[in-house]
Amino acid sequence: MLAFILRRLLQSVGVLLAVGLIAFAMFRFAGDPVNQLVAPDTPYAERLQIRQSLGLDDPVLVQFARYAGNAMRGQFGNSYQFRQPVSTLLAERMPATLELALCATVFALTAGILMGVYSALHRDSVGAKLLQAISLVGVSLPTFLIGILLIFLFSVTLGWLPSYGRGDTVRIGWWTTGFLTVSGWKALVLPSITLGLFQMTLIMRLVRAEMLEVLRTDYIRFARARGLTTRSIHFGHALKNTLVPVITVAGLQLGSIIAFSIITETVFQWPGMGLLFVQAVQNVDVPIMAAYLLLVALIFVTINLVVDLLYTIVDPRLRLSVRRAA
Amino acid sequence: MTHPVLSVRDLRVAFATRRGVLTALDGVSFEINRGEVLGVVGESGAGKSVTGSAVIGLIDPPGRIAGGEIRLAGERIDNLPPEAMRRVRGKRIGMIFQDPLTSLNPLYRVGRQIEETIRTHTDLSGRAARQRAIDLLAEVGIPAPERRIDGFPHEFSGGMRQRVVIALALAAEPELIIADEPTTALDVSVQAQIITLLKRLGRDHGTAVMLITHDMGVIAEAADRVAVMYAGRVAEIGPVAAVVGDPLHPYAKGLMGAIPSLSQETDRLAQIPGAMPRLSAIPPGCAFNPRCPKVFARCTVDRPEPLTVGSHRVACHLYDASGQAAA
Repeated sequence: MLAFILRRLLQSVGVLLAVGLIAFAMFRFAGDPVNQLVAPDTPYAERLQIRQSLGLDDPVLVQFARYAGNAMRGQFGNSYQFRQPVSTLLAERMPATLELALCATVFALTAGILMGVYSALHRDSVGAKLLQAISLVGVSLPTFLIGILLIFLFSVTLGWLPSYGRGDTVRIGWWTTGFLTVSGWKALVLPSITLGLFQMTLIMRLVRAEMLEVLRTDYIRFARARGLTTRSIHFGHALKNTLVPVITVAGLQLGSIIAFSIITETVFQWPGMGLLFVQAVQNVDVPIMAAYLLLVALIFVTINLVVDLLYTIVDPRLRLSVRRAA
Repeated sequence: MTHPVLSVRDLRVAFATRRGVLTALDGVSFEINRGEVLGVVGESGAGKSVTGSAVIGLIDPPGRIAGGEIRLAGERIDNLPPEAMRRVRGKRIGMIFQDPLTSLNPLYRVGRQIEETIRTHTDLSGRAARQRAIDLLAEVGIPAPERRIDGFPHEFSGGMRQRVVIALALAAEPELIIADEPTTALDVSVQAQIITLLKRLGRDHGTAVMLITHDMGVIAEAADRVAVMYAGRVAEIGPVAAVVGDPLHPYAKGLMGAIPSLSQETDRLAQIPGAMPRLSAIPPGCAFNPRCPKVFARCTVDRPEPLTVGSHRVACHLYDASGQAAA
């Protein structure tokens, strides 16, 4: 087991190094970084001096090693537009994004699994067919459109929920949370639904398909022949077997929820990392873009690792093969 | 008066499909007594498994029991409400399926699955149920049951898994066990062990066993009586020695004649020409008439009813009520 984790960790480091290289390369593609730092009329000698003091004269490999080393310590340089360390900026915005992603994930998983199980168990009912039809809409509508539609309905027409921002937040250490105020919760509703809707429909369709598959298996038939209650067959035996593949997809979707909250954050002016990234792109703020790229890679790699470990908890057959491989 | 454990009378099972109603079982009747093993043989699609599913009340829609009655120890069970039927399943009728590799839920320890069955049907507490599960595993011949009980299904071999499945079927001491091809997926050497085990359990507990198979060797070894099924009907039923040794129905004769023998060398294996009709195209009269070597005019018009001929009951116009060959 330990060897398995170590091997996966090593792979993760490889992936992060590769992404780091791409992030590092961005600085060069965006032109001479010195141009971003100084006034247009700065004399050449002064530019040269800045260039030397920033280490931009060193060989590329040395520069990359320095960049990677700093990144590992959480230092991504200063933002061009804010003149502040990128790490501080990201840390400020991170709670907003993570809370939004958490709510969206909880919404997507709960609603997705419930609706999926329902439409598998009552597959010929009107309700199940309706859910199938709605899910098709959810899968095909783009996120920004859903967000705008929700704002139009619940903020503009009905006036129930705010259309932008996080509402009132409470500061706990460096973390700011919207979970402790009513307006914070209210502000979370629309963005969470917008962000989670696609994943929800995806999970629902997946759970439905998997569950129908599982209900056809011999061990479910045998469980019925043993006279177990319908409840224990559906929720004890069938659901757990259904969840094995759902975990993978849900895990990877969590990654994309965090990474692609950009659109939702823009629509709702949500003060998170996604919005910061969009602003950075508009202003060619390369340090922020590079750091964001690395952060997203880190999130994906971590989630992948966690999903692999979760597998072995759910499915005992993998525990054995992992032990053998180790 | 004592009732047979299982009594099936004139059972009809129909499947409503887009192309009309298909009759999978048409007038099936048989009985199984306490401690008796009834072998049910026939080609694929003859209705063997459907009969088993009908008895335990697990015919999947669009199929349904369209007629006849099923009695367990004298009580009708074919018209029980679903919840009452669920309580019969597992408690009074146990079932064993063909493939032990897929019969157990891969995610749960075998002990949990056995205890779950025990606790569904009895009042035993958690600890008592576990003890009973260990005893059951020991009874079906699993070595070191107190350790193996915490194993997952994938940690057992095929034969051992089938033993676990049998232990599960036995968990609530049912009166009847339906074994649907219990040895088909196993090695020959393991088959014999499982059959011996089934026979012993039937004898020790007085359990009636309905043994569905297409393996005549298994029938000869394990069954007390045999029912030969063809196209959803019972062609012939009787004591194993009589039906295997001296079959009366032309189909049963063909079936027994098709068993390869080691003592006689032949270049070609005996076979029955043709194939069993589809459910949508069962011929009028006797269902076997297009393939029957002794077919005559009446066979294509009249459906033969089962008649008692010696120790057999046979549905064939070759015999008449007096037990003589009529034609």
